[in-house]
Amino acid sequence: MLDDSTASSSALACEKDSTEQKALTRRSLLKAGAALAGAVVGSEVIGAPTIWAQEIKDIELRHVGVSYSVVKAIGDQASKDLGFKVTMQNLDTSAAINRFITQPNSVDIADLEGWQAKLAARRGVIQGIEAKRIKEFDNFLPIFTKGEIDGHKIPRQGISPYEALYLEKADSTQLHDGVTDWLTNVPQVYNADSIGYRPDLVGHVVTEWKELIDPKFKGKAAILDVPAIGIMDAALCFESAGLITYGNKGNMTKQEIDFTCNKLIELKKAGHFRATWTTFDQSVQLMAAGEVVIQSMWSPAVAAVRVKQIPCTYAPVNIKNGKEGYRGWCNGMGLMKHLTGKKLDAAYEYMNWYMSGWQGAFVSRYGYYSPVPSTAKKFMTPAEYAFWYEGKPAPEPVTDPYGVPMEKVGTVRDGGSFLDRVTNISCWNTLMDEAAYMNKRWNDFKVA
Amino acid sequence: MKLRRNLTGWLYVSPLMLVLLPFFVAPLLVVAAASFFETDGFGGLLPNFTLQNYVDVLSSGLTFNLYLATVKFTFFTWFFTLIIGFFVAYFLVFHVRNQLLAIGLFLLCTVPFWTSNIIRMISWIPLLGKEGLINSALLATGLIHEPLEILLYSSVSVVIAYVHQLTIFMIVPIFNSMARIDKRVVEAALDAGASRFDIMRLIIVPMAKSGIALGSIFVISIVMGDFFVVKVMSGGGSASVVGAFYEDIGVLQYPTAAASAVLLTLVLVAVIALILRTVDIRREITR
Repeated sequence: MLDDSTASSSALACEKDSTEQKALTRRSLLKAGAALAGAVVGSEVIGAPTIWAQEIKDIELRHVGVSYSVVKAIGDQASKDLGFKVTMQNLDTSAAINRFITQPNSVDIADLEGWQAKLAARRGVIQGIEAKRIKEFDNFLPIFTKGEIDGHKIPRQGISPYEALYLEKADSTQLHDGVTDWLTNVPQVYNADSIGYRPDLVGHVVTEWKELIDPKFKGKAAILDVPAIGIMDAALCFESAGLITYGNKGNMTKQEIDFTCNKLIELKKAGHFRATWTTFDQSVQLMAAGEVVIQSMWSPAVAAVRVKQIPCTYAPVNIKNGKEGYRGWCNGMGLMKHLTGKKLDAAYEYMNWYMSGWQGAFVSRYGYYSPVPSTAKKFMTPAEYAFWYEGKPAPEPVTDPYGVPMEKVGTVRDGGSFLDRVTNISCWNTLMDEAAYMNKRWNDFKVA
Repeated sequence: MKLRRNLTGWLYVSPLMLVLLPFFVAPLLVVAAASFFETDGFGGLLPNFTLQNYVDVLSSGLTFNLYLATVKFTFFTWFFTLIIGFFVAYFLVFHVRNQLLAIGLFLLCTVPFWTSNIIRMISWIPLLGKEGLINSALLATGLIHEPLEILLYSSVSVVIAYVHQLTIFMIVPIFNSMARIDKRVVEAALDAGASRFDIMRLIIVPMAKSGIALGSIFVISIVMGDFFVVKVMSGGGSASVVGAFYEDIGVLQYPTAAASAVLLTLVLVAVIALILRTVDIRREITR
């Protein structure tokens, strides 16, 4: 549970709090002592010792981030299990990073992608997380903690989760290359994005990005319109078609940005794109309404189209001859700098609850992955685990997190097992050094 | 006496001033100040005075193209909302004999506004799409053999959504100014042998000028300052001035975004000043 040093520090903290609020009464002394005793005795249940629970029931943690990562149902379950209040607040990616940086005190837990963790550290709005206080830290997939898995080095185009994980000291503002005791964030959910398509209208199996820009899909293709990651999808297409080889798709030079955006403008003028999309719902809509037959797409969006009884396939774009591959992303929880005392302890409790499996199982049921599959497995049926993680044919019907039937018996998940997916990630979501220039050129593409 | 008069005047405007100064003027000044700062590239503002942000914004062809796109949408939206708004108001004022019925029909115009803007915009998508109602109907009647793609994710759909959202902003002020036209003036003109068209041209339009000007200010400033409708209804195929600097904010380029925002404010002030030069709203209203 809590180790002694943190228990006594929390007891001290609550003693300090109560002296500040009212005179040092006998009751507050008793409470502090009891908290200490309770914490030292510890308990076996997930959550907190009962006396500790008395102490923290008035605490509220505000977990802020994007809707696919900061989910109300997860916050509600956490509140129930932990005995204090967790509030989930959703913003889009750019609104979120602006909120963290300009109003850091209005957030307790910042939900960060790798590049956001880098920025938040640079701005000094997050504090280092002590790796040894994260209970499951040793069970994290080494993808995140060491940048490799089964001897396979995870590519570092863009900002990989490993690259954005470590700080040298608790208050460093620069990322550290190599393992240390201090983390910028605790990875909590990740996936690999590729292309979605309508097999009934495309007529053949798609395994390469270049299909997205193939003239035969003129007026029936769409691309993702979040500049920072849309440009990477475009880069994957052009590399796949053999038009260019990038030094680093996740950090292009001005010339590479120019080439990519000019090519996009060319395609647009030829009427190649039916639309571009920015939200999950829009992508589902485009595919389900028959507006497009192939587009950049996210795995759960493909599932959402299938739930409407419309065939839709998530293309397995495994790396071949140095091209293709998925665009990976990972969200983790960062601790804002202003957290101290009991609130900080509660935040650690919350993160440990997150890693204990319930959340991992929940996100797995809509096609994302937990960085700690060993705990998520405990909360999933063997059939679910076989389907979502091992890439085996579903032994029984698969339902979504809310119990709605999704896949029939015998269906195999697109892209195979999670190892197949992860080892085929070729670049990660990022913010380029030339982001301002890239945005400008992306807008040229938009108004062309 | 004169001092007293001044004081009452100030007292009258003070409540509005108390709201406008902290919540409108002060933020504008902050944005204006930020537009002269430098940035460290990851969200920090360095208070070194520079004009570079304005040079960047004004010297880029992108700015010109963005304004071109936004002005195009603004013009078409203004044109259609004006035509529809004017005739709806005209009908309500001059053709509905019963005052109560006119007010009732006028209120009916506001019914669509009981739902949110976003819902009213999104509900066009299933209507206009490739497999949407309009295309299905046209295909079934044999008028077309291929679905019309121009209906959705195009400039057409953007203007349709705007017109649907903003016509009410034309109807209300024009209705208001027309309702104050003395009906006897129209009758006198009829007796003097004027045609319906002449009455419209020489009496009604000039006397409804203030309403037209107010409605135009509403519509133009809303369209110029919007990015969401363009983003969704053009299917991301077009961009807007505001959309572009919102994306700058997304990558923490605050000074350039601020410079773009200041520029847009100045452009809008110029447009509104132009409208006010042509129509002296104050004189018209106190007429």
